[in-house]
Amino acid sequence: MSSSNELELNGKQEFTITVYTENRIGILNRIAIIFSRRKINIESLNTSPSEIEHIHRFNILIHETEEVVRKLARQIEKQVEVLKVYYNTNEDIIWQEMALYKVPTDTIAEKVSVERLLREFGARAVVIRKDYTVFEATGHREETDKLIEVLQPYGLIEFVRSARVAIIKDSDGFNRKLREFERRDPGEEVIENEFLDKEKNVFSM
Amino acid sequence: MTTAQAEASTLTEPKTTTTVTGSVALLEGLIAEGTDTIFGYPGGAIMPIYDALYDYKEKLSHILVRHEQGGIHAGQGYARSSGKVGVVFATSGPGATNLVTGLADAQIDSTPLVCITGQVFAHLLGTDAFQETDVINITTPVTKWNYQVTDATEIPAVLAKAFYIARSGRPGPVLIDITKNAQLQLFEYEGYVPCEHIRSYRPKPIIRKEYIEQAAALINTAKKPFILFGQGVLLGEAEKEFKAFVEKSGIPAAWTILGAGAIPTDHPLNVGMLGMHGNYGPNVQTNACDVLIAIGMRFDDRVTGRLDKYAKQAKVIHLDIDPAEIDKNVKADVPVWGDCKETLPLLTALVEEKTYPEWLAEFRAFDKEEHDTVIQKELNPGTGEMTMGEVVNKLNELTHGNAIIVTDVGQHQMVACRYAKFNNTRSNVTSGGLGTMGFGLPAAIGAKFGAQDKTVVAIIGDGGFQMTLQELGTIMQTGIDVKIMILNNRFLGMVRQWQQLFHEKRYSFVDITSPDFVKLAESYYIAGKKISEREELISALEEMLNHKGSYLLEVMVAKEHNVFPMVPQGSSVSEIRLK
Repeated sequence: MSSSNELELNGKQEFTITVYTENRIGILNRIAIIFSRRKINIESLNTSPSEIEHIHRFNILIHETEEVVRKLARQIEKQVEVLKVYYNTNEDIIWQEMALYKVPTDTIAEKVSVERLLREFGARAVVIRKDYTVFEATGHREETDKLIEVLQPYGLIEFVRSARVAIIKDSDGFNRKLREFERRDPGEEVIENEFLDKEKNVFSM
Repeated sequence: MTTAQAEASTLTEPKTTTTVTGSVALLEGLIAEGTDTIFGYPGGAIMPIYDALYDYKEKLSHILVRHEQGGIHAGQGYARSSGKVGVVFATSGPGATNLVTGLADAQIDSTPLVCITGQVFAHLLGTDAFQETDVINITTPVTKWNYQVTDATEIPAVLAKAFYIARSGRPGPVLIDITKNAQLQLFEYEGYVPCEHIRSYRPKPIIRKEYIEQAAALINTAKKPFILFGQGVLLGEAEKEFKAFVEKSGIPAAWTILGAGAIPTDHPLNVGMLGMHGNYGPNVQTNACDVLIAIGMRFDDRVTGRLDKYAKQAKVIHLDIDPAEIDKNVKADVPVWGDCKETLPLLTALVEEKTYPEWLAEFRAFDKEEHDTVIQKELNPGTGEMTMGEVVNKLNELTHGNAIIVTDVGQHQMVACRYAKFNNTRSNVTSGGLGTMGFGLPAAIGAKFGAQDKTVVAIIGDGGFQMTLQELGTIMQTGIDVKIMILNNRFLGMVRQWQQLFHEKRYSFVDITSPDFVKLAESYYIAGKKISEREELISALEEMLNHKGSYLLEVMVAKEHNVFPMVPQGSSVSEIRLK
């Protein structure tokens, strides 16, 4: 955790922006240009289906002041196909990034105490082949970085890290509200459900 | 009437399906949305739609413009004067890219448009096909919403969504890109169902009673309250509600250039224009008031000047339909979310009936100072070259403030906004946010189509006119009656003014020569006249206004004349200069 020393002199810190959207072509671009127009770099971006069919959830990580992030959130929420936007500091969330490490099996088996490695970093072997082994580790950036350092001398072949995914600590009822919303105001692809066309809601949480 | 049209016209009964092409479904949808006029230009990828249009000449009037940029500005002018959604057609590739300036203009000025672009066949997307361009991605930053249709069955619902999005909430431009195969494709059409709801889209924020109450409490205890109003009043069709609020509260009110006309220019509580070239009083008093009530305006930098010295002493109440505007530039103490047509009556009910004679007298004192230093000389120079202000003022005397004034961008625009008289709403059509030179002539054509009972006068500079003068061809062909008044100072005047004031008179590429505008008009069979003497002014204006059909009047005005007052860039509104 580095949140305590994050508030630098310019007031910028890490913010995780959570966006619920319709699953539509082009929405990624509409959201991305809100940042690029203001010359703000997206440090990490994850988008994947939420627990509700047709609704996607974005996690966007940026380094900015809260004032700017608040304005960005409103600009994102203004997009027609965006349902809801939240922004949180690192204190407000629990987050993880997943990393995969591919190393030569012979070196690893010979020179490293694999067991110790796995224990220490909470990693697990996903694939073990004669020529290479793939480890997986999940954690904060610093933790997955550390394992790179450790494996580098042993001929790290390839490394990949996922975007941050984050759970908001104070998110009581998110799932319930989303599910209820989908039932009362189903997506265009839904052919039949008990509430179809009975309610005209706009998503709110 | 062709078979296709005959069939499609009987489609009002839901569930009776008819086999039609995507193109026919599109035109039926436009008619169902109340479209009567389309501004467009055909081309390869939109030919099936134009082919269908051939059979719809009776119901849909298509105006053939001379350039797609002219088409979209005409659509904007139409939307601004009529309050309806402007509809624009263009083909793929260059046709579509020529719309971009107008889209950006409509986006920043919240103008409802539905633009239809043709696109290459779906199977050719991404192959660099002839006249293929990625119009969806090019236009994403400058549209409220856009969508690419590759299957005809999508057309009715997508069009319905487009109109709903364009006109609801804070209006804006929407673009639908339709591939050629979808235009040609036959499908079972079930009729047109207007869109009234999109689950992820809240056009109006929910009104919060507590904010209305807080706002009323602030207003009722204020000693020097001040209203700023913008186009939101017009877009919300809340002129009546606004007038009621102003008159009951007795608060002086000043306008942004897009808010002009929401209440008449000579209303006793209308204290004038805000901004860089606005009136003296409203700018100075912004930094003297105790409660600032902003209604349907977005605190553009040309209105606020330097933000850290803007109305710091005042409590700010901000009424806006777009939550993203609240606290964007100026922090609101009380954010009154919502459509001002709904929030204003709630607020009016809670405010006390009052007058502020002393506070209002302060405005009048500033007015007098501005009048003596600037306005008097501008409107009645007596000798020497004519000024833009005196031309606009004489025009007022003849139109009595009942004309729609369309302007281009630059000095003449600021002068027209400052001095034109507006008795009616939707009478000032100007490119506010984007400042698009070349907007004037095509927008005036569109404005006239949108309000045919009104006199439309386009006031344009010699520079801006040369950007879109090809639209004289549109006037010629349609016979539309637009009065064109070119205020020719033989300079790109606004840039020259800045070069004079802030760049040591280094007149870098602002000296612009012009063709013989009257002869040019004549070649388009448009009557015209050029004057340079004050004595000719009134009779020339009369001749222009009384002429049956379009008329071009070129008025030679002072070459190096500056627009004042002026808030220099980077200065506070209270540092406004009178000279």
